[in-house]
Amino acid sequence: MKNKILVFTKYLIIILGALVTLVPFFWMLSTSFKTLGEVYQMPPSVLPNNFNFDNYKVVIEKTPINTYFFNSLLVTTIVTLGTLITSILAAFAFSRVQFKGRDIIFTILLSTMMVPSELLITPNFVILSKLNLINTLTALYLPWISSMFAIFLLRQYFLGIPEELYYAAKADGCSDFKYLIKVMVPLTKPALITIALLKIIYSWNEFLWPMIMVSTPDKRTLPVGLAYFMTEAGPNYHLLLAYASIIIVPVIVIYILLQRYIIQGITRSGIKG
Amino acid sequence: MKKENNLKNAALGILYLLPAMVILGVFQIYPIIKVFLMSFYTRYNYFRHIVFEYGVDNYIQLANDPKFILALKNTSIFVFVMVPTSIIISLFIATLLNSNVRFKKLFRNIYFLPFVTSTVAIAMVWRWIFHSKHGILNYGLGFIGIDPIPWLIDPKWAMVSLIILSVWKTLGYNILIILTGLQNIDKQYYMASKIDGANSWKRLTRVTIPLLSPTLFFVSITSLIGAFKVFSEVYALFEKRPGPLNSCLTMVYYIYDKLNNQFSYGVAAAASVVLFIIILIITLIQFLIGKRFVHYK
Repeated sequence: MKNKILVFTKYLIIILGALVTLVPFFWMLSTSFKTLGEVYQMPPSVLPNNFNFDNYKVVIEKTPINTYFFNSLLVTTIVTLGTLITSILAAFAFSRVQFKGRDIIFTILLSTMMVPSELLITPNFVILSKLNLINTLTALYLPWISSMFAIFLLRQYFLGIPEELYYAAKADGCSDFKYLIKVMVPLTKPALITIALLKIIYSWNEFLWPMIMVSTPDKRTLPVGLAYFMTEAGPNYHLLLAYASIIIVPVIVIYILLQRYIIQGITRSGIKG
Repeated sequence: MKKENNLKNAALGILYLLPAMVILGVFQIYPIIKVFLMSFYTRYNYFRHIVFEYGVDNYIQLANDPKFILALKNTSIFVFVMVPTSIIISLFIATLLNSNVRFKKLFRNIYFLPFVTSTVAIAMVWRWIFHSKHGILNYGLGFIGIDPIPWLIDPKWAMVSLIILSVWKTLGYNILIILTGLQNIDKQYYMASKIDGANSWKRLTRVTIPLLSPTLFFVSITSLIGAFKVFSEVYALFEKRPGPLNSCLTMVYYIYDKLNNQFSYGVAAAASVVLFIIILIITLIQFLIGKRFVHYK
């Protein structure tokens, strides 16, 4: 009997915790379909009276969210592809090409992982202004198209590929680069997907950096646009939360479909994005 | 022959490293040096990038700025309440999940969901939940006889709201890491302690926590570092302001404000350096404590 109560309490706590986690998401979606009257109705209604996309239409018509969406998509794509390319090349050098000074370079680069990116914001702002890149989309992706975390993670995977494979390929006259593309990359696909997903989520959500770098609406990303829309929308929470849903829903879809890779990547590396 | 080979390899290696090294060098390594230098620029032309004078004025200005002192204080309160709260709750939930629970992975993945979502976007929902008149939190609290709380309006409650949002957001990451640590503990230890007649509390304090200490150590370091950098939550929760009466003015908010609104690059750089040094000292202290108490098998 005591045991049954214990098991019941255990499930009760876990389920309550899961509900607390999910309620804000549910409330965001529910509110995003309500009318202004329903939003402020007391007691609050759990679900909207009728589901239609009116609020979303208003947000799309009244704000340059199309531009923001495109900017976010462009920056995210370039950051992700750029990181993959630079990391694959660098990880190959760090795991397969033997030369003097390699491990010193690796250690120096590794130590930068400890530096909080907030420290780099002020100097990077000045560096990019010297390059005349303030208020450009380039400034939003250029500093982030390489990541020591990605290089480190990928190197671990590359080191796990037996060297015999490399020598066999070399004996067959395969070049280093061809070996990298044809053998190593396909063999480490799960790791590459993990890196890509973490990078996608990270750059899609990034806020402080674009907020500082961008000053005109045509260069804003979705989160920056939301910060501006927050003032315009005022008490119109149904519109504000429709906008918030446009940022959050794509990530949730990716997460539901590919969580395996995200969870694995985080548990293996412990790195936050 | 061998030397020639080494040279060829070095050239090849550098070629592969070049793209990553250029980006990391220009935007990660050089800025570290640059930020320290910039924090000593006292007279500087930012349009022509000429430094006229170096000095410690920026640091003196920080020490005398009541806003910076307040930012230090607020950030410390935030970190030292939020991080232990988040870790204790996640340890509790992870331990529950680690026992025989159905749908363990499903629950774990649900708890992790807030971690992947945009802070600014989800903070909008929390602003609505915290709304003192129409928010569902006060509505719910009304059922258990609690009067409406001015969550985002009262300076004291503003900090509590910020902490609630941050705990909610970080819980899933901590649960995931702690759960992985728990799953790596050999079941034999539990069997042995059961045979020795240890009750579940003793098993938790004498077996689980010591064997989990490397994981807890790791989680507390990453959480502390993350918490010291809190910014987007504040910005979104309080409609671009640092909370009522600056009650949630944090260090990164201060840096952002100096950089974005006041164009005081030198002071912003000096404040970043202070933040970095605090994070470094805490990491070092944790390593020292860790050496004593963390139990590696």
